[in-house]
Amino acid sequence: MALAPAITDLEQLKDRPLVAALIAWNAAAVQGAKFDRDELSIYIARENIREACAHLKAQGLTDYMSDVTCADFYPRDMRFEMAYHLLSIKRKDRVRLKVKLSGDDPVIESITAVWPSANFFERELFDLFGIRFLGHPYLRRILLPEDWEGHPLRKDYPVEGYR
Amino acid sequence: MILNMGPQHPSTHGVLRLLLEIDGEAVVRMMPDIGFLHTGIEKTCEAKFYQQVVPLTDRIDYLCPMVNNLCYVLAVEKLLGLEIPPRATWMRVLLAELQRISSHLVWLGTHAMDIGAMTVFLYCFREREELLKLYELVSGQRMMTSYFRIGGLALEPPLDFFAKTKKFIDGFSEKIDEYEDLLTGNFIFINRLKGVARINAEDALAIGLSGPALRASGVDFDHRRDLPYCGYENFKFKVPVSNDGDVWARYVCRVQELRESREICLQALAGMPSGPIKADAPKVVLPDREKMKTQMEALIYHFKIVTEGFAVPAGEVYQAIESPRGEMGYYIVSDGTAKPMRVHMRSPSYASLQALPQMCEGKLIADVVAAIGSIDIVLGEIDR
Repeated sequence: MALAPAITDLEQLKDRPLVAALIAWNAAAVQGAKFDRDELSIYIARENIREACAHLKAQGLTDYMSDVTCADFYPRDMRFEMAYHLLSIKRKDRVRLKVKLSGDDPVIESITAVWPSANFFERELFDLFGIRFLGHPYLRRILLPEDWEGHPLRKDYPVEGYR
Repeated sequence: MILNMGPQHPSTHGVLRLLLEIDGEAVVRMMPDIGFLHTGIEKTCEAKFYQQVVPLTDRIDYLCPMVNNLCYVLAVEKLLGLEIPPRATWMRVLLAELQRISSHLVWLGTHAMDIGAMTVFLYCFREREELLKLYELVSGQRMMTSYFRIGGLALEPPLDFFAKTKKFIDGFSEKIDEYEDLLTGNFIFINRLKGVARINAEDALAIGLSGPALRASGVDFDHRRDLPYCGYENFKFKVPVSNDGDVWARYVCRVQELRESREICLQALAGMPSGPIKADAPKVVLPDREKMKTQMEALIYHFKIVTEGFAVPAGEVYQAIESPRGEMGYYIVSDGTAKPMRVHMRSPSYASLQALPQMCEGKLIADVVAAIGSIDIVLGEIDR
């Protein structure tokens, strides 16, 4: 069980093509990076996520959007961590873009304009986490009934008792 | 006119509801409505120990439970940094490919039946029955197998498993010829599928198609070959690709995949290494029954794993594999405890379903059934 320690220093990861491309595009948008268990994560500022996705797509650095998901780190301050898993079929490489969101104001720009495949994934996150996506074409509950109260995948959602 | 199709409709392959706005025979707009099977598996996972999640993953895509198991255990093994012995890896590849065959058989049978060819369905289920018997042999279960464990396999396969698998695989090539005799040259079948629900490579990538449906649109990408996992780099196989992007191309690609999976099974059987089937990690892997009864440490570890689970170092991984339906991915976030903080399943059907309106809008209503069959969705996986 030998795990290599994670590299969390942005300076050390500067040379990786995706990190370099994003820093060259907008250094202020890149808040950090992490290389852990052979997977690269890049932290992006909330305002810039759609543009970052669009930039990576336009540069040909990623050509497939695998997954959009979220994790709830309740009771931390910035409790939601969005994770966008992008794939480059050409370079045979993956990257994860991450955005931190606060619990009071979980709003982020939708990336459906860049990747139409994000449509269902963002609806699912709206349904189960209560994150609102600006500019989404049809932001309604998808898995749960329309009249459901609350967002079950949040950590403070009660898992016992009657509803 | 608005037409409601499903959720109780034989050709929606589960409980898919489609709202169709139609103008005469043409579909103007299509709205998929899902969630009828939603059981909150992702939330349930958060209350379980890591090893207790394995049976839940069976229930997601019930046509290929072992592929789900594989994706989950690979993700947890990546989190742990666990090294898996070669015999377990090869067994996993063998069983994953057998699962791909049985999943494609269900697809082929039901797809052909939707189009109107009843016989193929019976033939496909005849072979699937043989495969289910093989799964029962290794795991004791026909469908919800839960055979893969974190760190290896649940049990050593029984002695006659390899001989029976070899017998099935040897005879399977003729069976594929049989299906092809019934369908590939069938004039009605060809006319029903050719040019229907066409989607080009660019749109397919943008809308999130993956797996055989993406390859049928001309994108040459397969996780097994391009981002190998679980020892797939040791196997030689072709990846069928077509440029047509219609239902027929998806049919051809999947039938070719049946043959390629058979090749991989043959290679796996021929080169099956001997040795242990569990990793040497006593804190994670349950000890053998025999050791548990004779060694104090083994008993202690067994007790600890069952009652407290095992702590997984904090971190996050996304493990993607090639399921029969496309890219299946597990995103697991660990906070350093014995229970996962977040498990997310990226299911290929969920993403593929988005492509359905694009394939059907503006086309004939009769082709909707062919299009649903061609993207091969499993509703258990969509709703989770």
